[in-house]
Amino acid sequence: MINQMIINAIVLGSTYALIALGLTLIFGIMKIINFAHGQMYMLGTFVTYYIYNISGYNFFIALLCTIFVLTFIGVVFEKYLFHRVLIQAKREEVAMLLSVGTALLIENSALIFFGEKRRGVKPIVEGVYHIFNAYIPVQRIFIFLISISAIVIFLLLMQKTRTGRALRALAQDKEVTYLMGVNVNKLSMIGYAIGASLAGISGAILALEYPIFAGSGTSISIKAFTMVMIGGAGVIPGAIIGGFILGIFESFGYGIFGGTQTYLLIYAFLIVFLIFRPNGIMGKPWG
Amino acid sequence: MSSNNFFNKVRLLKLKDNKLIIIIIIAAIYFVTIPLFFRNSSYLLSVIIYSSILSCASLGVWLTFSIGRINIGQAAFVGIGGYATAILMTKLDISFWISLPLSGIIAAFFSLLLGFVLLRLKGIYFSMITLTLTNLTNLVFLNAVFITRGANGIMNIPRPGAVNIGNFTIIPSFRTDNYYILFYYLVSIILIVCFICVWRLYNSRIGWIFRALRQSETLTQSIGINIIKYRIMAYTICGFLGGISGSLFVVYIQNIFPESFKVADSINYMLYCFLGGLDYIFGPILGSFLLTIFFEMLRGIQKYQQVIYSIILICIMLWIPNGIFSIKLSKNKEQIKNLR
Repeated sequence: MINQMIINAIVLGSTYALIALGLTLIFGIMKIINFAHGQMYMLGTFVTYYIYNISGYNFFIALLCTIFVLTFIGVVFEKYLFHRVLIQAKREEVAMLLSVGTALLIENSALIFFGEKRRGVKPIVEGVYHIFNAYIPVQRIFIFLISISAIVIFLLLMQKTRTGRALRALAQDKEVTYLMGVNVNKLSMIGYAIGASLAGISGAILALEYPIFAGSGTSISIKAFTMVMIGGAGVIPGAIIGGFILGIFESFGYGIFGGTQTYLLIYAFLIVFLIFRPNGIMGKPWG
Repeated sequence: MSSNNFFNKVRLLKLKDNKLIIIIIIAAIYFVTIPLFFRNSSYLLSVIIYSSILSCASLGVWLTFSIGRINIGQAAFVGIGGYATAILMTKLDISFWISLPLSGIIAAFFSLLLGFVLLRLKGIYFSMITLTLTNLTNLVFLNAVFITRGANGIMNIPRPGAVNIGNFTIIPSFRTDNYYILFYYLVSIILIVCFICVWRLYNSRIGWIFRALRQSETLTQSIGINIIKYRIMAYTICGFLGGISGSLFVVYIQNIFPESFKVADSINYMLYCFLGGLDYIFGPILGSFLLTIFFEMLRGIQKYQQVIYSIILICIMLWIPNGIFSIKLSKNKEQIKNLR
């Protein structure tokens, strides 16, 4: 039983870490919380559903399409909405409210287009492995491999490429990044698009396991915020740690306590944890 | 001679003459004209009642905005106040007129406790934790079956009864057919009282300390003000207003479920403050009235209601990001063009 929970925790943790990475990146470079993160995840699930399930293409093509769609949406949002508001507004909360507006927009448009029906996606690979006295569906291993490779690719992007270095600089200090001759406008667009596509990728892979419906965004958003609060906002290792911690808690919680009480305990733990470390495990103090 | 004295006394309240006339006109509209002409239109009255109750909660959120915190957790305290009233009235048979302030106090008590923990977080972290607060209370109400009956909710909550002293009826019973007009008066009076209290608070020494907290907590601390006491004070009053609002909701719709007050409601309270303008006390009231009426007008196109709502929201953020009340201030179009 414990082995089962550990295995579930690792798989769940890796996908949650992917979601948290996107949110933390957007927060790090633009200093706004992307309320629409869960909704972007939900769009990823729907794109995968339509391309992989309905049209029957290869899953990796669906994954690529998801990345394209979410990148496009990210670029459009950043260029036409957030960029203007971040310049104009007197108070910094306006950008946050704008992101709430974008979340509502995506969620309700999806409700209109796709309806309220819950859908499922046919599995990629069949079969179950039985190792370490636990059952692992092969599909879960597939999901785990994809999310781990996505995380590794993202980390390599941030560490080794020029764009990644520029993004890290932007997260540290915006004005000095301007002084270094970086085109910050283009960079913000790229960063926001990367964050959005990370959400989309995690949507695409979790579509294989969980039901797809237009309202799935809200709970994923709340989970993403919880992870970022535990791990620390704007810090990449913090997001990964936060993702795995939430995966462990959720998996063990569902195993031991059952459905409705798990998140109650998680939130209670979160509040107690924040008494001792208000900025998360690795977060920097605000302001 | 006597009118001179009257206006002198009014000047002590820091009101100008023309503002007094505006207030008298608004009071007249509110208390005389609307009931007179719309006595039978329960739909219009219900819209106003609904907006007024929402404004009470938004006033609380506005108060936390005034100390510089973005509070997206008000629905949690509205829910606590609502369940408090529901339980007091159904299980303990306590009259509404005692349950109302009691629910406010219970909600304020919880916000006091939570304030000690949550107000340590700053900026984004505070907003994120308040967001999860609403989910937390929803789950608590769902799981505490022995008090709250869990997912079944509490239904058939009685409407307020009469208040009698001897044979003299001060407040008539709400359990009649024309309870809309009675609710209208009740909610309006409570809203006006809350507004006056918040207004006086904001214009007092405590209000100026709140303004200082909003600008910089560190600087405020450095001049010797106990910031913990004042920000907990603001958060507690916010919880109290939320509790009152929840209590009024619950006797109006006469039932409550764990999911009655969700994250979307929290976000709405914050939205109303934004729309009206965060620098003006009247802002949340104006914002909630406008958005509720607007939402009702969209009711004809039920399917697209939410999408249009969100598009309008985005447009508001793009073009009047500082709230409606700030429009008349930015007469200088040059200023805006130079920002590009």
